[in-house]
Amino acid sequence: MNASIENVSRRGFLKNVLSAGAFVIAVRYLPDIAFADEVARSVIDTTPLHPSVYVGLETDGTVYIVAHRSEMGTSSRTSLPMILADELDADWSRVKIIQAIGDPRYGSQDTDGSKSVRDFFNPLREGGAAARLMLIRAAAQQWGVSPDECTTGLHQVIHAPSGRKADYGQLVAAAAKQPVPTKSEVKFKPRSQWRYVGKGENPYDLRDYCTGKSRFGLDAKVDGMVYAAIAHPPVLGGTVKSLDDKPALAVTGVQQTITIDTFKPPCHFQPLGGVAVLADNTWSAFQGRKQLKIEWDNGANAIYNSEEFKRQLQETARKPGKVWRNQGDVDKEFASDAKIIEADYYIPHLAHASMEPPMALADVRGDRVEVWTSTQNPQAVQESIASELKIPKENIICHVTLLGGGFGRKSKPDNAVEAAVLSRKAGKPVKVVWSREDDIQFDYYHTVSAAHMKAAIDAKGRPSAWLQRVVYPSIGSTFQAGAEYASAGEMQQGWTDIPYDLPNLRVENGPAPAHVRIGWFRSVANIYQAFAVQTFTDELAANANADRIQYILELIGPGRRIDFKAMGVEYPNYGGSLADYPVDTGRMRIVIEQVAEKSGWGKEKSGHGVGYGFAMHRSFLTYVACVVKAEVNADGDIAIPQVNYVVDAGLVVNPDRTKSQFEGAAVFGTSIARYGEITAKHGAIEQSNFHNYQVTRLPEAPRRTNVYIIENDAPPAGVGEPGVPPFVPAFCNAIYAATGKRVRELPLSKMDFSKSAKS
Amino acid sequence: MIQFKLNGKPRSFDGDSSMPLLWYVRDIAGLTGTKFGCGMGLCGACTVHRNGQAVRSCSTPMSTVAGQEIVTIEAIAGPDKLHPVQIAWIENSVPQCGYCQSGQIMQAVALLAETPQPTDEQIENAMAGNICRCGTYQRIRAAIKQAAGVKV
Repeated sequence: MNASIENVSRRGFLKNVLSAGAFVIAVRYLPDIAFADEVARSVIDTTPLHPSVYVGLETDGTVYIVAHRSEMGTSSRTSLPMILADELDADWSRVKIIQAIGDPRYGSQDTDGSKSVRDFFNPLREGGAAARLMLIRAAAQQWGVSPDECTTGLHQVIHAPSGRKADYGQLVAAAAKQPVPTKSEVKFKPRSQWRYVGKGENPYDLRDYCTGKSRFGLDAKVDGMVYAAIAHPPVLGGTVKSLDDKPALAVTGVQQTITIDTFKPPCHFQPLGGVAVLADNTWSAFQGRKQLKIEWDNGANAIYNSEEFKRQLQETARKPGKVWRNQGDVDKEFASDAKIIEADYYIPHLAHASMEPPMALADVRGDRVEVWTSTQNPQAVQESIASELKIPKENIICHVTLLGGGFGRKSKPDNAVEAAVLSRKAGKPVKVVWSREDDIQFDYYHTVSAAHMKAAIDAKGRPSAWLQRVVYPSIGSTFQAGAEYASAGEMQQGWTDIPYDLPNLRVENGPAPAHVRIGWFRSVANIYQAFAVQTFTDELAANANADRIQYILELIGPGRRIDFKAMGVEYPNYGGSLADYPVDTGRMRIVIEQVAEKSGWGKEKSGHGVGYGFAMHRSFLTYVACVVKAEVNADGDIAIPQVNYVVDAGLVVNPDRTKSQFEGAAVFGTSIARYGEITAKHGAIEQSNFHNYQVTRLPEAPRRTNVYIIENDAPPAGVGEPGVPPFVPAFCNAIYAATGKRVRELPLSKMDFSKSAKS
Repeated sequence: MIQFKLNGKPRSFDGDSSMPLLWYVRDIAGLTGTKFGCGMGLCGACTVHRNGQAVRSCSTPMSTVAGQEIVTIEAIAGPDKLHPVQIAWIENSVPQCGYCQSGQIMQAVALLAETPQPTDEQIENAMAGNICRCGTYQRIRAAIKQAAGVKV
């Protein structure tokens, strides 16, 4: 393994030709790691031909496709290669998927924001189409016919007039000599000829997942590796005041301890600091850590108490804040005789709790680093280690393993930096293993938020004025010390884009300091912003004694595209252009009307412990309407017999995997609603494992989640995250419908629904 | 010296007898199909079979495996063969990230060995200890019923 590090410079790629005749347009480097497989080794990133960095063909016809994004459960590792294979007319059974190392030539590898398909749909099609054209031209040349007379079938070029056919494998050597087609020469297949896109394939790793063969980060192993457990400062920014490591060193298997410096703010992806115990195996490292005698200087964040902080947030939410969108004059309307309805909403911090805790294995040799980690963002691994060790990022090879869940946590490579720091100091490969306690107590938390909503109600029960104000420590605080206001990127998530057609509307955000690391968490700000908007809407509909769905359709108004420019609102639109991905209330209406139909809305009356709740939300460019059925028994136990989603995500590449994302989103949302709560006391997190940070288990998950995908020609949008935001308010609205108890604060585990079933 | 069988082969261990079986299986035997999730027996990712019963290997000290037969996900079917539960898992395309699925499958195999045609309640009771953060429960339920030959 170690010798291979020397071969990995960008220049080194050209030297590694293993199969001289191969038509290889892949970027690929295969180190001698524990789980490199021999077949994949024959494909090396080398060749003057680079119509795409994503694909290469071997002379036996094997098609290698690079998965440059991370696989954490969304099947991007399957669905992205499918797009390329489709344009190439490749036989899926002859496709081998190669996981990319971190390399900027692939474009962004930061697998977050539900954008793998939407950002790479066309680049991957171009890669497949370019390779297909080169194969066609090679065949035409051999046969002495015009390429225009040639077509492709499954893994072969066909010349229909003469009946000649050639398997891709036979053409690879000749195709490698063809010039790379220009973009304008490349033509996509018509949709009617798509083989895989829109139909779908099972996850590439499905059988391995079910047989224990799939390799996650925690399964990475290299010779001479030691295992590290780190005692992190209990409070963010804390430092080691004194250390006695003798009892730890006495533990069987413990080799040494190493103190890691605490980061200098902002925390970014730097190590938290603390004391690492290096040992022969994971268990010894954990045992050794228990024996460390450390006195901490907790620092400034020891003032953080969640109970008190909640009150502060709620106070701030009732004071004027920064105005992000303003139409008409809400104050004038509030000062009139109109009926006023106000409500406050609160959601605590949440921890990601992916089933595989964060980990990283690093091997530092001089100014070269090789790292194996279950990361969502290998280029950030390179950049963060480079910055910490003060070496060029090109010297860092980041191998991406399968991820045992990510949910945004694994976009932050602090653990990879820890492993690199420790490997440099120890002079050997170090695998940092975070325990579940580390994961829950030292997360980049989903922020804590308070929202204040206020409406003036007209004679018909509709809002004549609407004010919404939300307050939370911003993700920006992780990257800029002292940041207290939300960014436009957070505000866009169901806040500045409230789609209601209202004469008087004001959208605000108030300041809040951060005392823990704040980070992205599946669906991010949409969670609390959708909860406030969609619950408040339900409250207003209840006040008007109106059908919820009819009420929201009236608020949304006729189909139109929201013109943010005209309103002077900065709207990043998740990085998508508003021309391609408008905020289209017409598409909202369709998902709403469809979910009413699919769920049998209105057929069974709510009440007496059974309730139907509704919510709609656009996030990550996808429109989702959700109806949840809840049952509450006399003991106050809540069951979720059925969830219905209608989804408009534009073109859907892999329908079954998309459905699975929404099935999972309903469970993830159930966890947020039922149990999600992380609290701090004197700056330290009070929860530590699944007994006091509970997540949903099988018996209390939605029993049946139906997912209906709207078929249309709109460009592809996100599917990994958009299912979460509408689920939470729809579920809570269902509980209200069943019990008459309004949910304004989560988690539900703090509320008592016993004896309320009949109200 | 602790002597036991792992996937049918005799093994001996003379290290720290308080070490959980999980870390023996993963770090020493090098069988990584069994996963670490919580270390407290709360999530089921580390589930293996001890004499046919599903146990949490993270909370099973090596001192208790003497003379026992331990089976991990790697050995529930023959080489290159699939257990009916694995077939059902594949046909229902259960996994998302896949991390917890070894434990889920080990739990389901043990359930069906004891209760070949489980009721919904029996499935819920048996599987309640296995967390899937991706939320594949609906398909887990369907796969167990399929493997049991129960109409879904």
